[in-house]
Amino acid sequence: MDLHAFFAMGGYAFYVWTSYGLTLLILLANIIIPVLQRKSFFRQNLQRKR
Amino acid sequence: MFLVPDLVVRFFHRMASPPHFYAFTERLMPWLVTIFILFTVSGLYGGLYLAPADYQQGDSYRIIYIHVPSAWMSLFIYIVMALAGAIGLIWRIKLAEIVAISSAPIGASFTFIALFTGSLWGKPMWGTWWVWDARLTSELILLFLYLGVIALYGAIDDKRVASKAVAILALVGVVNIPVIHYSVEWWNTLHQGPTVTKMDKPSIHISMLIPLLLMALSFKFYYLIALIQRTRLELLNRERNAQWVKTMVLERK
Repeated sequence: MDLHAFFAMGGYAFYVWTSYGLTLLILLANIIIPVLQRKSFFRQNLQRKR
Repeated sequence: MFLVPDLVVRFFHRMASPPHFYAFTERLMPWLVTIFILFTVSGLYGGLYLAPADYQQGDSYRIIYIHVPSAWMSLFIYIVMALAGAIGLIWRIKLAEIVAISSAPIGASFTFIALFTGSLWGKPMWGTWWVWDARLTSELILLFLYLGVIALYGAIDDKRVASKAVAILALVGVVNIPVIHYSVEWWNTLHQGPTVTKMDKPSIHISMLIPLLLMALSFKFYYLIALIQRTRLELLNRERNAQWVKTMVLERK
């Protein structure tokens, strides 16, 4: 199985890769958002205390 | 209590204490991430590369490796959310309340993924993006329940009161869970019946089943990781005036 055939997904490339791509985006966002919010929590509270 | 080993009881007592939970989950995180990556890489390799194409659906069936685990997670997380809500309601454990509300956005995400990937699978196979059949409609209601929980929590300022309200809503919504699960048996649906949970003889080949189960495990660990991230944030926000949070803020550069 060569790389080109792998990405073509037997003609279903659009459906398969859109599914995987969107899933990746949503799952990443669910990690990144709380991590960023925690960082900004520490920033804001440190400013308040100084 | 004599039925439960003393060590286990002490573990849960410590975990219910916010500073201990915060420190413990920080040490736990690298292990969870490692296990998650192992399951994901092997699951995707098995599902996208090793497993053969389906004899009827060609390669389009490979959406199954995220569609089905996401749908399982959408139900699993809802049950965790309702149980944590009930524990918070009965025993007033703050950490249980936080686990309940922190589960909601993750559960909503998996429900959305299940619906979206199902739509992308349905279009080439059924010829339609959407149909109002029992399985799809009840899963859509699940998404609205999650969104309702998130909105209700945001609408009430006192977070302890908000947690109570959310727990009651989540518990009432549990009635939807068996409806989703049995919808493909109770009604004639366009959605196919169960292939994996037919315990006597799953109608899926082993080379396709193993990556599916690996992805299911991968998503379980993802949930743990995402839940811990959200829980720690919510914990900081609620305990912003507690001494352990103040100390931690000052110690961080």
